[in-house]
Amino acid sequence: MAKGERMMLCDDCGRNRAVVHITQIGPNGRVEKNLCEDCAANYSEFLVEPQRKKNVSMNDFLKGVFSADTGTAGRSKEQVTEMVCPNCGMSYRDFQQTGKIGCSVCYSTFRRQLEPLLRRIHGSSTHSGKIPHRSGGRLEMKHEIETLRRTLKECVAQEEYEKAAELRDRVRLLEKELEEKEGGAADVR
Amino acid sequence: MSVNTLLRDSRLSWLAASGKDSDVVLASRIRLARNFRQVPFPNRADFNQLAEVRLQVEKILPGIASDLQQDFDLLDMERLSPLQRDVLVEKQLISNNFIQNPQHRVAFITEDCRTSIMINEEDHLRIQCMAPGLDLDTPFAKASHIDDMIEDKLDIAFDEKMGYLTSCPTNLGTGLRASVLLHLPGLVFTHNIESIVNISPQLGLAIRSVYGDEKDRVGNLFQISNQLTLGFSENELIENLKTAVLEIVSHERQARKALALYMKERLEDEVWRAYGILRYARLLSEQEVLELLSKVRLGIDLKLINEVSADCFAEILISSRTSYLQNVAENENLSKHEIDRLRANHVRQALLAHACSQEAPK
Repeated sequence: MAKGERMMLCDDCGRNRAVVHITQIGPNGRVEKNLCEDCAANYSEFLVEPQRKKNVSMNDFLKGVFSADTGTAGRSKEQVTEMVCPNCGMSYRDFQQTGKIGCSVCYSTFRRQLEPLLRRIHGSSTHSGKIPHRSGGRLEMKHEIETLRRTLKECVAQEEYEKAAELRDRVRLLEKELEEKEGGAADVR
Repeated sequence: MSVNTLLRDSRLSWLAASGKDSDVVLASRIRLARNFRQVPFPNRADFNQLAEVRLQVEKILPGIASDLQQDFDLLDMERLSPLQRDVLVEKQLISNNFIQNPQHRVAFITEDCRTSIMINEEDHLRIQCMAPGLDLDTPFAKASHIDDMIEDKLDIAFDEKMGYLTSCPTNLGTGLRASVLLHLPGLVFTHNIESIVNISPQLGLAIRSVYGDEKDRVGNLFQISNQLTLGFSENELIENLKTAVLEIVSHERQARKALALYMKERLEDEVWRAYGILRYARLLSEQEVLELLSKVRLGIDLKLINEVSADCFAEILISSRTSYLQNVAENENLSKHEIDRLRANHVRQALLAHACSQEAPK
């Protein structure tokens, strides 16, 4: 601040610098007030929307991350941003601007662009949690077989052969079941 | 329970001071984000699609209610006044995001307020379950069970590689947000909170102050939750959070012990002064109540104050909120002064209601 220029102080507390200026028209005519941030907070009835203290929200931040170039391999940047989801009509550009996905189909439409991004956010792009019973039927079995195989290996390493044999039979049974199911599914197609 | 009773009730069973490690951990919460296949996510869906989502869930809800043996109250955001919506947000039964566009937004809340299902928030379904103290397993089991029942009837958006598909990529995979509400006066007072805030991102966790902003943490209340949702199983994410919380709990207890040991007289004075103000003041601001309440709770947990039970904390926490008070007074246009007066009234009543009988004087 230049020398001689006086700092405007808050009309209410007289201590802090006034940063909010409001004009109130009431029964006593026009009243102008210069307030500091703390005192202005008490005037929320007069202000349509209280000012957010944070200048950068989490959403803005994510938008920035998403609009960084990713997965443009083999296509020009324009081609990627103009890509549109056939189900909900969201373009990749919309996603970059809002940071939100449009529908479940978008994930397959923009899979190639999203994968590097997911690795950046989560450090991984492969789900390893709960699987829905109905829509993930076969996947659930595959996972179970995998877990069983892992325990089987541990059992062998620890020379618990009886338990290992039990597990081996269970894996075989599941694999057979899975094969039947996949065969069945192939027929339908 | 009628909507009015729900809004006026100043008790929340999941904030009761009865859970495990409840001297530090106030409550645990699990949230699962789910969407329907094909239907655009709420931010891109038109009103017909939003109404359809609501209808689908409403149809299968009686089945879920009878399985859980719990009734759900339907709260239609469009039919509630803005003030009523704010009260629900204050009670953390719905999110702030949920009331931005009230059209076709409905929440199903159980009578004990421990389960709430939001329809058409950021995702089609947000299943939330809460429990007092440090207990993430019970609410997770419940949320997952509700998820199973919904998935049994309706098609949920799921991808073999990317898991449950969500509107925001930060929720993708498990769609799980596990969080714990902590009261950390010891760590704040001994200036150790910074190191915890700084270290949590490295553990894949986010910690934030519940009231106030980064610089001014009012009430010493913090919420810690998992940041990552993809690449780990639900149990791994919950275990990770639990381990970190137990570590924080032990540090908080150490800090309190040190305070009680090295500055007992000052601490005793501080907590009793805080109690005195809450007990007798005639005008109290929201911020002042939060600050004093934290000290009183610390006093109760350290057994310095024995006149009142720890349950007064949760009740005051809710009944001292501005929207709650305005709603009880049925007047949205109260001046700040009138609200402060009402608030002091409610605080005094709550302290009296939870007063312990003085059978065993020291």
